[in-house]
Amino acid sequence: MPDLFEWLCRMGDNTLVLGHRVSEWCGHAPVLEEDIALANTALDLIGQTQMWLGLAAEVQGEGRSADDLAFRRDAWDFRNCLLVELPNRDFGHTLMRQFLFDSWHKLMLTGLCESQDDRIAAIAMKSLKEVSYHQERSADTVIGLGDGTAESHDRMQAALDRLWPYMGELFQPDAVDDRMTRQGIAPDLAALRSGFDAIIADTIQEATLVLTDSRFAHRGGRDGSRHTEHLGHMLAVMQVLPRSYPDARW
Amino acid sequence: MYAQMIQSEATTEDAEQLAAFQARIDAGERIEPKDWMPEGYRKTLIRQIGQHAHSEIVGQLPEGNWITRAPTLERKAILLAKVQDEAGHGLYLYCAAETLGISRDDLTEQLLSGRMKYSSIFNYPTLTWADVGAVGWLVDGAAIMNQVPLQRTSYGPYSRAMIRICKEESFHQRQGFDIMMKMAQGTEAQKRMAQDALNRFWYPSLMMFGPSDAESIHSTQNMAWRIKINSNDELRQKFVDQTVPQAEFLGLTIPDPNLRLNPETGHYDFSEPDWGEFFDVLRGNGPCNADRMEARQTAWSEGQWVRDGLMAHAAKKRARRVAAE
Amino acid sequence: MSNEWPLWEVFIRGQHGMSHRHVGSLHAPDAEMAIKNARDVYTRRNEGVSIWVVPAAQIAASSPSDKGPLFDPSRSKVYRHPTFFDIPDDVGAM
Repeated sequence: MPDLFEWLCRMGDNTLVLGHRVSEWCGHAPVLEEDIALANTALDLIGQTQMWLGLAAEVQGEGRSADDLAFRRDAWDFRNCLLVELPNRDFGHTLMRQFLFDSWHKLMLTGLCESQDDRIAAIAMKSLKEVSYHQERSADTVIGLGDGTAESHDRMQAALDRLWPYMGELFQPDAVDDRMTRQGIAPDLAALRSGFDAIIADTIQEATLVLTDSRFAHRGGRDGSRHTEHLGHMLAVMQVLPRSYPDARW
Repeated sequence: MYAQMIQSEATTEDAEQLAAFQARIDAGERIEPKDWMPEGYRKTLIRQIGQHAHSEIVGQLPEGNWITRAPTLERKAILLAKVQDEAGHGLYLYCAAETLGISRDDLTEQLLSGRMKYSSIFNYPTLTWADVGAVGWLVDGAAIMNQVPLQRTSYGPYSRAMIRICKEESFHQRQGFDIMMKMAQGTEAQKRMAQDALNRFWYPSLMMFGPSDAESIHSTQNMAWRIKINSNDELRQKFVDQTVPQAEFLGLTIPDPNLRLNPETGHYDFSEPDWGEFFDVLRGNGPCNADRMEARQTAWSEGQWVRDGLMAHAAKKRARRVAAE
Repeated sequence: MSNEWPLWEVFIRGQHGMSHRHVGSLHAPDAEMAIKNARDVYTRRNEGVSIWVVPAAQIAASSPSDKGPLFDPSRSKVYRHPTFFDIPDDVGAM
């Protein structure tokens, strides 16, 4: 797989898969205002997916579209990090996952605004505004629930403990990432870590939660080598119509 | 219609006050929250606006059933935006009801305990992607028939909520029809889905308007109060007259052998829906009543710790701020 | 039941430098979340550039029974309106 295509799929699959997960809440959230806010987040992520996968399809040059990439690839061709494909579980897991991803995403997009590739910089600039709001909102909610009642605190701590081992994957560059960085297309992932740790430390402390010292990291999403079992189920649902009726237009 | 068979509440105030109130309504004045109003007017409105709000919220579920299976990114975004609008419309309507002295939590508890109803239509399943189109085209189409005149309803907050809702809803029916066009012009399988969706949603859509209420005393009182603007039959006829040519355009067949344009009236004659089925659905025996209530109950009970947690944090934050001063 | 999030009134300034206008209400645990919720609920269609939120319980409102004394007296002050004055056409735009 050519580097740029591979790398664009990493960006686009992250937003595709997370947008899908967040959209699963529509109609089921704890309170109407949150239901509406989650849908806004999901809509932003779907819009970003159209841009990233649209550019990926263009770069690939095989006449495919963003929809073809979203709905007609198998799980091993997906390049999203493992974090975003994890199931929603309770609202605490959903919001903690959102906060962790948003915090990385915001730093990544900030770096991408300086990309040598104008198309990528343009997508990053548009996305950054949306993601800055996502991050602000998810951080506030993590703080509120962490500092809320004994039950909400315990649920948020459990969510943090469960999700933290999926964070490291986003800061471990492989050969593709290294080449993107050398060409001035994307920032160095490893270099984003210190900024990320500072943001997380502040928020987690305000939320009265405790971060584990462990830096153990699950991996296998960003290169597609070993996704979780959850992705296959998600794709089975998401892709059912285009796969079942390959000749149909919708 | 999202508020069906609203019974008017009895009113016991003195005749002079009632006459003055009626005169304000007849003069086209809006009644505002702090104005004097008959107890029956207030209670009837709570029931109607509450039922309307519940319908928006439960109404998220049948279409929401297809958000994760929308066949393109654009369709997914459109459907999500639409179902999100319904949450917003529920929110606006609950706020309107709250001005009458009932809390949103109270209204929610009444929905979840079955004391308050929501529209019968949302107890029908969405089985294929064409159902998402049919819901937009037929269900939103029927709802609009009722909602447009309600913008002129006598109660100010309700009227303002309806104005906002109508403005936002204008794309809903169109997106439904747009899906139906794609399906009706698509592959054989898609055409079959489109016809099947129309077959299943036609009569439930006619039922949305409720049984004939020409003779109903409740209807007469609610119309005098201008919280009901048109009779059920009037709106149903309008809906049929509007929808039949649209179905013809799509090349779909409305499942009614008696359907024909009556040259004398200029309107379509059509078969009545099965009112026995309608009352079964209202009693809880529709195909999806139990599923819909379960989904709302789960969202509410599993959301309790979230609502409580954020509230507790807000209280702590306030206390810390006071302590710092 | 008493633990319900309080109600907030939402005011939004549209794009064109107008005043903030009341657009509706919502529930939120505190002012910060009320502003965020207002952003998500009431500006989905690009309706605003600025948001105010006020606890609904803090709104002081005039009483409907005072409507006569409060508002009727201004009806007779017709000279406050420009149409009260007849200016000859020859004077031009004024």
